[in-house]
Amino acid sequence: MEAIKTEKLVKKYKDKTAVKGLELTVYQGELYGLLGVNGAGKSTTIKMLSCLTQPTSGEAWVMGRSIKNEAEQVKAIMNVSPQETAVAAKLSVRENLEFIARIYGCNKKESKEKARKMIEDFSMEEIAKCRAATLSGGWQRRLSIAMALITQPDVLFLDEPTLGLDVLARRELWKYIEELKGKMTIILTTHYLEEAESLCDRIGIMARGALCAEGTAEELKTKANTNDFEEAFITIAGENTK
Amino acid sequence: MRTITFASRNTKEITRDILTLIFGIAFPLILLLLLSAINKAIPRGYGPTNFQIQYLAPGITVFGLSFLSLFSSMLIAKDRTTGFVLRLFTSPLRPSEFILGYTMPMIPIALTQSTVCYLCALFLGLPFSANLLAAVAVNIPIAIVFIALGLMFGSVLSEKAVGGICGALLTNLSAWFSNIWFDTSMVGGAFETVSNILPFSHAVKAAQAAAAGDFGAIFPELWWVVAYAVVLTAAAVAVFAVKLKKN
Ligand SMILES: Nc1ncnc2c1ncn2[C@@H]1O[C@H](COP(=O)(O)OP(=O)(O)O)[C@@H](O)[C@H]1O
Ligand SMILES: [Mg+2]
Repeated sequence: MEAIKTEKLVKKYKDKTAVKGLELTVYQGELYGLLGVNGAGKSTTIKMLSCLTQPTSGEAWVMGRSIKNEAEQVKAIMNVSPQETAVAAKLSVRENLEFIARIYGCNKKESKEKARKMIEDFSMEEIAKCRAATLSGGWQRRLSIAMALITQPDVLFLDEPTLGLDVLARRELWKYIEELKGKMTIILTTHYLEEAESLCDRIGIMARGALCAEGTAEELKTKANTNDFEEAFITIAGENTK
Repeated sequence: MRTITFASRNTKEITRDILTLIFGIAFPLILLLLLSAINKAIPRGYGPTNFQIQYLAPGITVFGLSFLSLFSSMLIAKDRTTGFVLRLFTSPLRPSEFILGYTMPMIPIALTQSTVCYLCALFLGLPFSANLLAAVAVNIPIAIVFIALGLMFGSVLSEKAVGGICGALLTNLSAWFSNIWFDTSMVGGAFETVSNILPFSHAVKAAQAAAAGDFGAIFPELWWVVAYAVVLTAAAVAVFAVKLKKN
């Protein structure tokens, strides 16, 4: 089944077309990597799919529900880890997690239990009582990601999740994302190409608001006639950005 | 339920800020102590009537409420700049729940502010009476005026600008035109006219009337404030909704 489908999706800002007739299909349980140079339209695509902003034209469905007419249902079954770290500064790590769980409809007991589980999964026991504002950037980011995962969404958007994480934290997050594979549909954007290559089932490369190539990492390498994924990305993205 | 959850988060966010305690509680209390000390130092009959505790205390409670705009606008502006609002926009929280969640926590804060202020005034010689409870309640419309202004400014301005507009400009404007520090009719002219058009002096007069038990004098004054509260709340909701859509 298709978890995400877009049809001629367009987003225009005043003098700029950020997304230009995007046709994207992501299947249920897939981990789909969205790559592209800065300004390619990745974040704008995620913003439309997560009902943050309305498309100028075109349509998209998340788990079969229209992002235009059924936004409320879409919001209930997905969650986003935004490109910017988004945490409540004066709440503790635990309070942040419980807050999100409750906003998505958990009762007090469930939200406590889920927060406990996330704190364990993300090795945040020692900082559970610390206010988010006092945490380092890396820990804030981990909390921000945990806040997206705590609602166990059907569809999860991770917009540059490893941005600002050190190598160890990044590897740890990869491992965690691997474990999620198959349990939910994940759309991930990143600038770390080795991350996309090792994690993603399929990868789409965006350039100037549209998909210019799509396939497994192997397929994309074959297409660009190289053994190196980074080389393949440079060839494909470079050709289409000119 | 979602509204309560969100409101409770906002309450924590505001009350855990030391700024709230300093500006919301300590600053008005210091003014109250200072001005009543000045008043006591002036020989009886020579000081301005405004500084007598029965006029001063209600005035200071209204002045204290002007900081509600600062608190709510800072919170909203910060949520916008940190992207926290974006996260909430992708959650099932509805626009009306948003606005309520940002507004509701301010009401108990407002009531606490006024109560603490009157408690302090009791020690400064304000006679205790049940009228003071009425005076606290009479402050609710002006509290809503300030909350609505905060919601409006917080939705459009940056965190920095909000500090200036709500923290400095609005608190000063409301103080000058409030009749607390000096009798605006003594200045006369355009100043008095503006003061009569704006809700602040009316709120102070209503609070003074309530505290004095002169209930007949509350309502002509309070209607002004209620009208402002209704119009500004509607405007704030509209501004907030437009900003929400524009994202
Ligand atoms: N709110 C906005 N107003 C105007 N232009 C925008 C806005 N958001 C994004 N853009 C523009 O749209 C393009 C795509 O941006 P974005 O989706 O953030 O790219 P990416 O995430 O792939 O780096 C960029 O050129 C960006 O400047
Ligand atoms: Mg981006």
